[in-house]
Amino acid sequence: MLVSILHRATGTALATAGVLCFLWWLVALASGSEAYGIFHSWVIGGGAAHPLVNGLARLVGIGLTWVFFQHLCSGLRHLLLDTGAGYELKINKTGALMTLVASTVITVVIWLAILVGF
Amino acid sequence: MGTGTGIGRVRGLGSAKSGAHHWWHQRLTAGSNLLLMLWFVVSLLRLPSLDYIVVTQWLSSPLAALPLALLVISVFYHFRLGLQVFIEDYVHDEALKLASIVLLNFYVIGAGATALFCILKIALGGAAA
Repeated sequence: MLVSILHRATGTALATAGVLCFLWWLVALASGSEAYGIFHSWVIGGGAAHPLVNGLARLVGIGLTWVFFQHLCSGLRHLLLDTGAGYELKINKTGALMTLVASTVITVVIWLAILVGF
Repeated sequence: MGTGTGIGRVRGLGSAKSGAHHWWHQRLTAGSNLLLMLWFVVSLLRLPSLDYIVVTQWLSSPLAALPLALLVISVFYHFRLGLQVFIEDYVHDEALKLASIVLLNFYVIGAGATALFCILKIALGGAAA
């Protein structure tokens, strides 16, 4: 129930916030080094932007990472359910919970790799 | 098309004779999104940094620009289908529903064209300045 509605919520978030962030990155990249420098200093840091802005950007980045992998995992679950498998109550519930566990673990691993760099 | 079994009669032969393509395209693009987004995430993580020179050099290779263009087409088509269902399910006022669908189409075409143009500009624009 929760995971099903989350699939729609995360999909909508990716289609709006995710797409707009992606477009900002691409348009800045295509506009030249100066425009990309603004994107870089806001999102990645090390530039003129306030550290608070970088902190917020990082939070958005972590949030979008989780939202993306949650949508990916529950999407995979839906593809499996489409085959007619996994409708037994217990299996269905376990599968739904697994998507939450997987998306959280993947998000933690990716951001540990980015921030700690292992 | 089968004649004997129930499923054989139903396949492609519903009262409207079509309609399953929306559902099918959603699944089809789900599969291509999966492959292309995994490629994209891994590629970004493997770049030494996200500096201008590094990213533009990476995107000037056809091996990066082409999959990224395909990703835009696949992902944008996928979310157009998804948001359409979302609107149809939750917007009950007919006028507002129509307006939302029109807006969705403008958004996906506008954003998609912008993204593809940017990718081509970087890919075909020669070396990074």
